[in-house]
Amino acid sequence: MSMQTQVEPNVVEGTKKDKSRFLKIIQSLLKSKTGFIGFFIVLTVVFVGVFANYLAPHDYAQTNVDNRLMPPFWMEGGSPEHILGTDNLGRDVLSRIIIGSRVSLLVGVSSVIVAGFIGLVLGLISGYYGKWIDQVIMRLVDSFLAIPNILFMLIFLAVIGPSLASIIIVLGFTTWVVYARMVRSETLSVKERDYVKSARAVGASDFIIIRRYILPNIISSFIVIATLNVATTIILESSLSFLGLGIQPPEVSWGLMLSDGRDYLATSWWVATFPGLAITITVLGIIFLGDWLRDVLDPKIK
Amino acid sequence: MRYFISNVIKIIPVLFLISLIVFILVRVTGDPVALMLPETATDQEREELREALGLNDPLYIQYFNYMKDVLRGDFGDSLRYNQPALGIVLERLPASFTLALSSMAVAVLLSVPAGIYSAIKRNTFSDLIITGASVLGKAMPNFWVGIMLILLFSVNLGIFPVSGSGTLAHLVLPSITLGTGIAAEMTRLIRSSMLEVLNSEYIRTARSKGLHEAFVINKHALRNALIPVVTIMALQTSTLIGGTLITETVFSWPGMGQLLVQAVNLRDMAVVQAATFIIAILVILSNLTADLVYRYLDPRIKYED
Repeated sequence: MSMQTQVEPNVVEGTKKDKSRFLKIIQSLLKSKTGFIGFFIVLTVVFVGVFANYLAPHDYAQTNVDNRLMPPFWMEGGSPEHILGTDNLGRDVLSRIIIGSRVSLLVGVSSVIVAGFIGLVLGLISGYYGKWIDQVIMRLVDSFLAIPNILFMLIFLAVIGPSLASIIIVLGFTTWVVYARMVRSETLSVKERDYVKSARAVGASDFIIIRRYILPNIISSFIVIATLNVATTIILESSLSFLGLGIQPPEVSWGLMLSDGRDYLATSWWVATFPGLAITITVLGIIFLGDWLRDVLDPKIK
Repeated sequence: MRYFISNVIKIIPVLFLISLIVFILVRVTGDPVALMLPETATDQEREELREALGLNDPLYIQYFNYMKDVLRGDFGDSLRYNQPALGIVLERLPASFTLALSSMAVAVLLSVPAGIYSAIKRNTFSDLIITGASVLGKAMPNFWVGIMLILLFSVNLGIFPVSGSGTLAHLVLPSITLGTGIAAEMTRLIRSSMLEVLNSEYIRTARSKGLHEAFVINKHALRNALIPVVTIMALQTSTLIGGTLITETVFSWPGMGQLLVQAVNLRDMAVVQAATFIIAILVILSNLTADLVYRYLDPRIKYED
């Protein structure tokens, strides 16, 4: 028996309480400096991604050999036409960064949904039913932990070939382990609480117990981990695209821009610098937001 | 010893599962025949090769034969080099080891002092700087850090070579790239492990005896805070090996990572499989070693046998 103090399951209680909770969250967001910065960055990136087509000053794929490797506007030879300069084919760097944000967001969010779903289901089964099925799932988790994520992704991609869809699938199928472990251990502790035991005693089905009593107790830790993992998958996507195994031209992603820029480091620093800054700022924003969410939703994990 | 044996036994199903995953991926989803024959091959030629390779056998027989080869260290020949894949992978191992070791050295030299210092000076300006730097280190993609280092130290200052290997100078930038990425994560873990020690009973006792703060930290806290560093280092092995894949590509470092990335691009599956098994074994061994060292360092720990 666990010695934890009993916590009543979350039950939805009228809109009045919801409202005050919502206000509390806004208040804490305004108080936490990093949380606010993170929220602001994420909001900006989402806005840019959604309205990318309207915001990009040029066509991201439009090549122009006369304007190739033009420096940013404040340098000699730069022009206000191309604020962050142009790349080796004369394409506008700023427009490519704006359009590239779509890929980062799309891949980041969709692969977290895929991974989260797999992890949630396997973690629940493992923690709730235990016995041999738990053993099998945990050995599977060990196997995934023994091989670096990026290596698994390489094998997957070598077999199915690179594309936007395969990146999302591959990231989803290789990063579910984190969720499965968290969900399993939370399920194990919630399962032993008295209210779950009494629910079972009165004959509630497994499905009802999981949905009504276990899921509500897991959800906040789950949201925190999922948020932080969007950051991880954005970095992984850019790494794969950088290695030539992710997004393929003529599509554009920040990682792909970095690999183009690496070849022109000696003359044109801006091509490889700005996409990297875009990744760093976005990831930083998500980490700040995730850390703040953790403080608000789930003070017990660290 | 019993603990050791039980751990070794636990490894077997893990290796078995890894082999199964790789087998399914390579044999079931990909078609080796399509890779081995030119596009102009006739259907009859394809069928003959399928029969010769045993691809028409039931799957469990194919897996059994596959495992027999794997256990003998036979992963097949590399399409690119026309040599046994395992040999090609092992040839690249020393270069990757060198890079991994020097990166770990960079990471330890940075993160151990930084983590301990920021825990002692908790909530001060220096703590803020160190914690901030480690968050920033996590947010920057590792390969981008490498590119920026090349830009600064090779292109602009001309101190270190852009890429390649051979001299000690070639090792500096790749090690810093990979080392700082790992240091970012390690600093955070070491800081919290040191904070835990500083809040423990025996430190409070030592302080209440009126001992000098420096003495408390040096004699009591540091020694106990350093034990988890071994585990923290082992936890990073997987990240370290994963990191070599990208860092080696950025700097054209002739290690296993670079070989593997090229093999994936060429769909040279024999090399991909051999490298995967070698890497999995290395990660598992290093975790096992860390467990044993940890037990030796901290006699309080008794594992359930």
